[in-house]
Amino acid sequence: MRFISPLIRTMNMKQIRRLDFQEALKRYREEDLLSLGAMADGMRQQLHPENVVTYVVDRNINYTNICCSGCRFCAFFRPPGHAEGYLITKESLHSKIEETLALGGTQILLQGGMHPGLALDYYRDLLGFIKGNFSIHIHGFSPPEIHYLARIEGISVRDTLEALMDAGLGSIPGGGAEILAERVRKKISPNKCTDGEWLAVMETAHELGLRSTATMMFGHVETVEERLEHLFKIRDLQDRTGGFTAFIPWTFQPENTSLSVPKATSAEYLRLLALSRLVLDNIPNIQASWVTQGPKIAQVALKFGANDLGSTMIEENVVAAAGVAFSLSREEMIRIIETAGFHARQRDTFYNPVCMRDK
Amino acid sequence: MRLNDPALLPIREKIISGARLHFEDGMSLYRSRDLLGVGGLANLVRERKFGRNTYFVRNQHLNYTNICINRCVFCAFSRERGQKGAFTVDSSSAEEQIRSRLHEPIREIHMVGGLNPSLPFSYYLDLIRMVKHIRPEVTVKAFTAVEIDYFSSLAGLSIEAVVEKLKHAGLAMMPGGGAEILSERIHRKLYPKKIGPARWLEVIRTIHGLGVPTNATMLYGHIESLEERVEHFLKLRTLQDDTGGFSAFVPLAFHPENTRLSHLKTTGGIDDLKTLAVARLLLDNIPHIKAYWVMISPSLAQVALSFGADDLDGTIVEEKITHMAGAPTPKGMSRDEICHLICSAGYHPVERDAFYQPVDQDHEHETDQTP
Repeated sequence: MRFISPLIRTMNMKQIRRLDFQEALKRYREEDLLSLGAMADGMRQQLHPENVVTYVVDRNINYTNICCSGCRFCAFFRPPGHAEGYLITKESLHSKIEETLALGGTQILLQGGMHPGLALDYYRDLLGFIKGNFSIHIHGFSPPEIHYLARIEGISVRDTLEALMDAGLGSIPGGGAEILAERVRKKISPNKCTDGEWLAVMETAHELGLRSTATMMFGHVETVEERLEHLFKIRDLQDRTGGFTAFIPWTFQPENTSLSVPKATSAEYLRLLALSRLVLDNIPNIQASWVTQGPKIAQVALKFGANDLGSTMIEENVVAAAGVAFSLSREEMIRIIETAGFHARQRDTFYNPVCMRDK
Repeated sequence: MRLNDPALLPIREKIISGARLHFEDGMSLYRSRDLLGVGGLANLVRERKFGRNTYFVRNQHLNYTNICINRCVFCAFSRERGQKGAFTVDSSSAEEQIRSRLHEPIREIHMVGGLNPSLPFSYYLDLIRMVKHIRPEVTVKAFTAVEIDYFSSLAGLSIEAVVEKLKHAGLAMMPGGGAEILSERIHRKLYPKKIGPARWLEVIRTIHGLGVPTNATMLYGHIESLEERVEHFLKLRTLQDDTGGFSAFVPLAFHPENTRLSHLKTTGGIDDLKTLAVARLLLDNIPHIKAYWVMISPSLAQVALSFGADDLDGTIVEEKITHMAGAPTPKGMSRDEICHLICSAGYHPVERDAFYQPVDQDHEHETDQTP
């Protein structure tokens, strides 16, 4: 399936001139923070002239932390057999979703580890349980989980995705992309799907009509060129499928991980955010990461190319495990958006406005 | 530099030609939706004055008492005598605090506290003498105009006599606190027991006249209007025209937690950046604009370097006033952490002393301790 959103048609009409790799690299290296920000802000205004910043109300539900990938940047996972490993119970899942709906949530982000003991039947049952009990969108399973599941089932990624879709999967989060460059993945996540495999899962998903986001975790062992390589791989795939709804960059959080590097700073974050708005001319939405940046920088990010503040995250475990715990209520989210001079609008997974009964 | 807001165009002309901005310019800057345009204008001035140099100091805070007769509405730090959490640092524990960091090459010791009726004027003189005795090389930067006015009635001395005695004991510089918002309306509502705007300015004028430089501050983000903020800037600028005694301006973002204004919210990042930028542009006669990371977070302070700020204050470690108001920021940063913040934003770190003179780093043999 080829997705063409109304926005992308607008984008073509406006004829935004495309940056090539060398031009993007030059801007990233040479422009100062404010100039890069102003270019990104100009592009955001062209793409989103309605002066709205969106957010979603959802909860991250991590069904398991047991993972045989052992990525060096991860503070969340526990290896199989570890005393702190867990698998979510149905009771817990049920109450978490009930709470989410009570708080006006429209989706759950369902992600876990690469658990060697869970087969397709487990996931079918998990999705079926949710869909049988609740009317809520399931944004779940990043490409590494899907790729791993296909491998242990001995079936294709396409068949895996179709089975999950049949069971109720609604869209895919863009996690596990880290940096889509072979050298980097060998260093930090050698047991996880390759960059080519990550992109192939996304391409297949988009072909099947399953939309997704794309992410990037930067500020560890990658070079500037590898950051750009990542952006251009995403852009190329988006040219073919149009299936990415949003791009979400965030900075690596080194605490409690086995990678010892200084944390990428807010100035570096804003530069990368602005560059991603400029390069990804075919992805409608750029999301600011308040979870890693905190509310002040997240607000400033709205002037550096971002048009979405992501999720209120009723629950978040992965970044919290790396020692970073910002929390944001819906009221606070709205206040950040409005005091930045935008209208706040709750959205669903596909960036459509949500009308709340109680608002 | 591209400006998206036509209201900024005449302001840019003035800035380029070196003409002074006025009240309406300040309001246009604050009201503009073009945050990056406002920042870019402030950055023009910042780069003209300091290039990409960014200053910081290795310093220590000593908050000697939180017992205070003023009990301002916005304060989470002050306590009544005998109230739970009230403290007064006696001379031996003050000495202990100073001695505990002798291994660090600290340049400035910042001391402020409440107006504690049980302490005699001699307590403050002794405090300064103690610090100078133990660390003769450090600059003692202490007491706001509010405290100086209080010492004057406490000791039955004129402002001049108080300042001379403090100078004689070793005081060399003063911070800029207690200005809050220099507006009678805000004075009546939030800090009625404390000296008002006119007296604050008068005391500072006297201090500057005696050759003691100070900073200037503004506590923003509570009940004040944008007009009141701009008027505040202009009052400081007028005084500075006469005395030249302000070395830095420090906007202080209000932290409502644990205060009687706890229903209010903390300031947004955009407001913080704009306030720094407007300060840089209106306060054309105050050399340094400080992004105080304790209040606005190290992350935002780093970004502020592109919005007019040229100083990140210091390493600190023992900050109490903002942290008692619920600040989620760290209590100190190491020299390496500050340098990393500055360098990774593309700026050049300059370690300074209290008077903004670069510290000769070739002669640094002491080790830096990460707090």
